[in-house]
Amino acid sequence: MRQQIILSGLGGQGVLFATRIIAATALDMNLHVLSSETHGMAQRGGNVVCHLKVFGGNGEGVFTSPMIRPGMADVLLAFHPEGAKLHGHFLKKGGVLICNDTKMIDATGIALKLGNGLLTNIVLLGYAAARKCLFCEADSLRKALQNASGPRAEENLRAFEAGFMEVTS
Amino acid sequence: MAERKILLGNEAIAYGLIEEGCRIAASYPGTPASEIMGTLVRLKDSESIEWLHVEWSINEKVAFETALAGAYSGLRSAVMMKQVGLNVASDPLMSAAYTGVKGGFTIISADDPGPHSSQTEQDSRFYAMLAKIPVLDPSSPEEAKNMVSTAFATSEKYEIPVMIRPTTRVCHARQDVIVKGYQHVETKSPTFEKNPSRWAATPKFRFLLHKQLNEKLREIASANEISIPGNGSTTCILASGVAWANAKEVMDELNLHDRVHLIKVNMPYPLPDSFLKTVLNAHQKVLVLEETYPVIEYQFRDRQKVSGRLDGTVPSQGELLPEKIEDIIRSWLGIEQAKRPVPEDLPTRRPTLCPGCGHRPVFYAIRKVFPKGIYPGDIGCYTLGINIGAVDTVLCMGASIAQAAGFFHSFNGNDKMPPIVATIGDSTFFHAGIPPLINGVVQGARFVLVILDNRTTAMTGHQPIPPISIENMVRACGVEFVRVADPYDLKSLEEILKEAGKYAFEDKKGIAVVIARKPCRMDRRAQHRFPEIEVFITDECNGCGYCVERFECPAISLPKKKEPAVIDPVLCVRCGVCVDVCPFEAIGVKK
Repeated sequence: MRQQIILSGLGGQGVLFATRIIAATALDMNLHVLSSETHGMAQRGGNVVCHLKVFGGNGEGVFTSPMIRPGMADVLLAFHPEGAKLHGHFLKKGGVLICNDTKMIDATGIALKLGNGLLTNIVLLGYAAARKCLFCEADSLRKALQNASGPRAEENLRAFEAGFMEVTS
Repeated sequence: MAERKILLGNEAIAYGLIEEGCRIAASYPGTPASEIMGTLVRLKDSESIEWLHVEWSINEKVAFETALAGAYSGLRSAVMMKQVGLNVASDPLMSAAYTGVKGGFTIISADDPGPHSSQTEQDSRFYAMLAKIPVLDPSSPEEAKNMVSTAFATSEKYEIPVMIRPTTRVCHARQDVIVKGYQHVETKSPTFEKNPSRWAATPKFRFLLHKQLNEKLREIASANEISIPGNGSTTCILASGVAWANAKEVMDELNLHDRVHLIKVNMPYPLPDSFLKTVLNAHQKVLVLEETYPVIEYQFRDRQKVSGRLDGTVPSQGELLPEKIEDIIRSWLGIEQAKRPVPEDLPTRRPTLCPGCGHRPVFYAIRKVFPKGIYPGDIGCYTLGINIGAVDTVLCMGASIAQAAGFFHSFNGNDKMPPIVATIGDSTFFHAGIPPLINGVVQGARFVLVILDNRTTAMTGHQPIPPISIENMVRACGVEFVRVADPYDLKSLEEILKEAGKYAFEDKKGIAVVIARKPCRMDRRAQHRFPEIEVFITDECNGCGYCVERFECPAISLPKKKEPAVIDPVLCVRCGVCVDVCPFEAIGVKK
């Protein structure tokens, strides 16, 4: 098992939280995780990008760098259409792009319908899970989301399902 | 008790400090180092670790000296900061290397190649070299945690401060790390053995301490064992920190380990002469990969075979991203360059003050009231006042005040004396703003100083500020004009700024200080209350763009020139300040 995921969005969109959920899922599955995130001044309304690498515990294909090189990412989760343009070059040939826009999935619209625009990140995560482009099953993500959400668990899980249903419906 | 957790590099370092029985820890926040102390504070509280003293000190120098006294008392102690914070603490650093320590003393100075959130790309390892103390260079969160143990042990064995130098990609990387817990930690009692010739050494004794320091350093260098792979290859890459992590992955992928030795350096200074000689004797070509300055490279006295930053093989500035490392390795070995997608040349979003930020109206008002001013600025969120055109200089912590005085003395007596209006945040004022304010008063400077008081250290994640009255502090510095303003009350703020300008410039009375106080809205733990004023764009809007250019709120945009502005309902926090900004009164309040 070896997967490289780029998560791109704007400061305040919960890119870091989504990354943490995927990383926690990997840990639950007994996989190793290495990731890199944006902090500090760039978080103030700027573009935020996380690099996430997941790999098996058998010593093969070990990642040592916390960064993904251009053309190497298996998946790009773009929480804002800008993210797809700005970080699209990280995707490898045949890599999967999941983008929050009106063409693919209007995660922001769905989140607003649920009554909270801040749920956009979770809606997109649910959609990505249903598209089966991540290393993990949707149920593992649900469990990690539940564990990490505290009092917001119910709201977050509802957002996850709303995104998930966009693929099946 | 051991468990596997996903930890941020900074969290991993904090866990390491607790597991190794650190007793005194002090820090001043700064990206990328802030979460080390943040985690210590959280863990001390949640795990009730009574034997650990933690503090957000007023600045890095104070933090260093406080923690050092812990090490003088035989306790394991640590100080952490960002690299430019080490500049502030460099005075005690140089001297502490001479006096040495009793308890283990670890200095964690986080560097920021790039730079991502700093004024410089400076390499703290050179500070270690300048001070003559050993420095460890971790390549991952897990290694950073483990190096805390090495640092304390080395520090205690040789009675010398030891530096750990993580970079942004270690501090802000996450990794699954084994956490042992702290139950095994033995807490010993502090002892301070009086020894004036060491702890209070006069120059004569300093010479002896310097000699001892040199001896310690020689011993540490000879114990700095670095393993050299023995497959007989005649080329080698010497790497440390994240540069090693990136090089390792690239070399794994390109199957280069048969052709090239990859040698990992954990302690880049001091390197033993014997190691440097062996590397040169065993290889025809040596490439050094390290961030950000050539610390390992400079230690080779003969650099005939050595490539790196000094001969231009590695760029002299910027972060060594994995793709850059791949390019360097390929070209150094004469392998065809990789073909990889090129990023579209797109403008990235510039960082901006948050919607509803109390700093925004202040910068707007400064530009409006003092349109031809010189605006010395400072370090914090409010550096972003640059977007509103109300920040002209940003040098280092606290510089706005001394520079305002310097501009005054430069222009004083000139017919075209511009108004000088400086801005500084609350935390930065306490950190380094008080001595220059006293100095400005004493030297007869005249300027307006606006202290942007949002009741927290916002940029680095809302660390606390001293609960001390800024008004009283400013008065105690000798300032007679002190007013407090509410930035949300724009009209009154403008009036107060005009009064301050009259006091400083027309009446030539002295320095006028305006404290613009509005708590940071992002500091959710503080639970401040804010007004809820719903606004809308009226038919009067002619799309002039004044609000977008001069107020720069992320919630207001102008989709097309000369067409009405748009308010984003998700971003708008209903502070209502923009109502007073529009010159055509085209922003209305929903009743």
